[in-house]
Amino acid sequence: MELFHDANIDWLGKKWYFLGFSLIFSVAGVLSMLFWHHIPLSIDFKGGTQITVPFNAPPNVDDVRAALSQGGVKDFETQRVSAMGGEGGNDVIISLPASSATDANHDAGRIAVENALTNYYKDSGYGKPSVQIVGPTAGKQLQRQAGFATLWSLLGMLIYLWFRFELIYGVAAVVAVFHDTLITVGAFSLLNKEISLTVIAAILTLIGYSMNDTIVVFDRIRENLGLSRRESLSDVVNRSINQTLSRTVLTSGLTFLTVLSLLLFGGPVLRGFSLALTVGVLIGTYSSIAVAAPMLVAYQDWRKAKGKAAALPAKRAKA
Amino acid sequence: MAKNLKGKVAAIIVVLVIFCYGIIGIPHGLSGTALKQALADRIHLGLDLKGGTRLVLKVHVEDAVNSQTDRDVEHIQDDLSKVSVTGAQVKKLDPVGHPGVITVSGVAANKLSDARGVLDGSDYTNYDVASNAGGMTLTLKPGAVRDIEQHTLQQSIETISDRVNALGVGETTVQQYGLGENEIVVELPGVFDPDEVEKIINTTAKLAVYPVVPGQGPWDSDQTALQALGGTVPPDQMLVHGSGSPGQPQQVYLLYRQSVVEGTDFRDAQPSTDQNGRPDMTFTLTTDAGQRFYKFTSAHLESGPSPEQMAIVMGNQVKEVASIQGAISDRGEIYGSFSHDEVAALSLMLRTGALPAALDTLDTFTVGPSLGAESIHQGVKAAVAGTLAVMIFLLIYYKGAGINAVLALTLNLIILLGFFGLMPVIGLPAPVLTLPGIAGVILTIGMGVDSNVLIFERIREELRTGKTAAAAVDKGFAMTGALITIVDTHVTTIVAAGILFLFGTGPVKGFAVTLTFGLLANLFTSVFVSRVIFDAVLGRKGRSAELSI
Repeated sequence: MELFHDANIDWLGKKWYFLGFSLIFSVAGVLSMLFWHHIPLSIDFKGGTQITVPFNAPPNVDDVRAALSQGGVKDFETQRVSAMGGEGGNDVIISLPASSATDANHDAGRIAVENALTNYYKDSGYGKPSVQIVGPTAGKQLQRQAGFATLWSLLGMLIYLWFRFELIYGVAAVVAVFHDTLITVGAFSLLNKEISLTVIAAILTLIGYSMNDTIVVFDRIRENLGLSRRESLSDVVNRSINQTLSRTVLTSGLTFLTVLSLLLFGGPVLRGFSLALTVGVLIGTYSSIAVAAPMLVAYQDWRKAKGKAAALPAKRAKA
Repeated sequence: MAKNLKGKVAAIIVVLVIFCYGIIGIPHGLSGTALKQALADRIHLGLDLKGGTRLVLKVHVEDAVNSQTDRDVEHIQDDLSKVSVTGAQVKKLDPVGHPGVITVSGVAANKLSDARGVLDGSDYTNYDVASNAGGMTLTLKPGAVRDIEQHTLQQSIETISDRVNALGVGETTVQQYGLGENEIVVELPGVFDPDEVEKIINTTAKLAVYPVVPGQGPWDSDQTALQALGGTVPPDQMLVHGSGSPGQPQQVYLLYRQSVVEGTDFRDAQPSTDQNGRPDMTFTLTTDAGQRFYKFTSAHLESGPSPEQMAIVMGNQVKEVASIQGAISDRGEIYGSFSHDEVAALSLMLRTGALPAALDTLDTFTVGPSLGAESIHQGVKAAVAGTLAVMIFLLIYYKGAGINAVLALTLNLIILLGFFGLMPVIGLPAPVLTLPGIAGVILTIGMGVDSNVLIFERIREELRTGKTAAAAVDKGFAMTGALITIVDTHVTTIVAAGILFLFGTGPVKGFAVTLTFGLLANLFTSVFVSRVIFDAVLGRKGRSAELSI
């Protein structure tokens, strides 16, 4: 069985459609980040209290809310966990804002909720809860860590690309990665899903993944440029994409299969992580074809228009 | 060629066995429970899967700095009065903002040089002394401050460690937390109640020093003791057992009920050596306790008229008995027939008798047992579903070569899981499997298959141009083609994982670890093992073989 045998699609010809598609989603995401849901942060970063209560039978969330109000707990949010495959469907997540946990009085929110629940349910009907309390100091530390991780990752990528490819390849790859990150974070904003440290880990992984995908196409372009001097860059790029199409779709498809099973079966704790990867795998594949490759050609054309010598394929490809 | 092949196959089998050992070790039996036990021994689960509590605590080291300068304020006053500098005021103007600054004021002009002489002396080398109008200002040197803070942090870690170990819960962690200054992270698997943890960390162990009733005992049992006392213990005294050393019988001591100092009075205790090179212990008490202790020790010197010994009692057992060589106020040494080990253990007990500074909790993470189990089920289910989906697809799409890929993938997983058990064997810290770690395993499968796909697609391409199966396989694995791309992609992802490991917290670290191991294993299986399988298959089929791909 073979897909894409002798594919011969004019990818670069479709670049305006691609640009339009990317623009729509990027702009929608940016608008949401600025004006609508902003960037939803999980308690890892913004601080607060989150308690997951595993009930023995399907719980009535209204009852839980009543229990909390009667107990004098303020500003709470409750959420019923949705889980496929039956596990965890009886869990309720209770969230309190950052004010519930200061460094000096770390447990205030937790104790209030636990007392409220004990008074209402008299300690029966639920098992030991999971608790996450993040004080303001810890929240800021994690934000800093996430920032450093992202910064160093991108730096590492850039350095690696600098060694392996000419500048223009590197720039095109980085633009593609930036595009992917923007759309993924935009997706989180649009869907109002929280970004936690594991989500950041997923985003950094998908940056790596998108870079990989782009590198595969670029490696092929470089190889083909080395073989044929006569063809125009556009033709070479198109041909390279078509040649790697089989591999690209397969790998993304297979990675997407695994990530999808994470999203479906992995449970609520991994939900943000799985969502980031799902969106990321699709967009990462798309961007290698739709963003990185056209950028190469566009840069080439720009240099021609300025009268400069063509950057590719005149230079010897670095091995 | 054939010989080479046999050698390669042997190497692969050796790797397989080694990593299988890494997963289950040598199980006691082949039953389900024995295998599960072997698995659990080797693959350490993170708190988010096992259930337990993780706390990040901040130590108020400034408390310790304040205590030090408080004591020094008293000393300065004493020393100044010794050189007849009267009327001077010694105080800390800003204990909260500047705990390390002591101000001496109101010194008479003709006494300034005397006062300065005292402060420049050897007792105050930790301070920078600056003279100003009518007095001096002493500022604790930054190095000294750092020392105090470091010491306090270490002491806190020891104390909490000690108490947490008394819980009898396995695999606890108490160590310095890298993300902030003076922070400690405590991990307690199997403990689900943050209130319980707080209680454990913040209570003081029961420790006290009692005077030994002179001329009585010790005896070798309660009966002998009672006999010697004429049947009853006087109301102001009590019989306390010693802890007994191995090979020696337990002893029973007669002590006064009124303690001299208690655990909370000890600020520090360190093992050291006396001038003869024998092990002894230096300790520091709080100022109040120091005064009490001074009164007691000067009254009961060994060389004096009414010598008494001191018994150090912990948890209702006499741990050590010492005689009083000299009057001790707040800083002193305890001599006795200690060995090095005994002194170290004793000073640890005294140090951890009380926490040196207040603690704030910055971060709590507790996972209940049922929720931890849920996460394991969900993770495993997702992993199995993902792996099966990928394997089925490979078999359909690549037919015979699909089997090759499935075998490589299986070996990949075995090696990845085997790392967990093998790292301790070679002396490296055992990695911990967290829920994101399981996600990393799943991701490895998806991304790892990429390598196989790259190579197989190349082989297909070469076959299309008419090459023989063997030549196509050669080309498929050639360095210039798929291989360099495979190395590229693996390196970039491993670099990303490395950075995540450096900057991430527990669960994220687990993800970085499995991703890295998985990709390293993948390099081996997709390049070496796949090639060997192809060679083996083609070798059997002969020269003009057709490849099922």
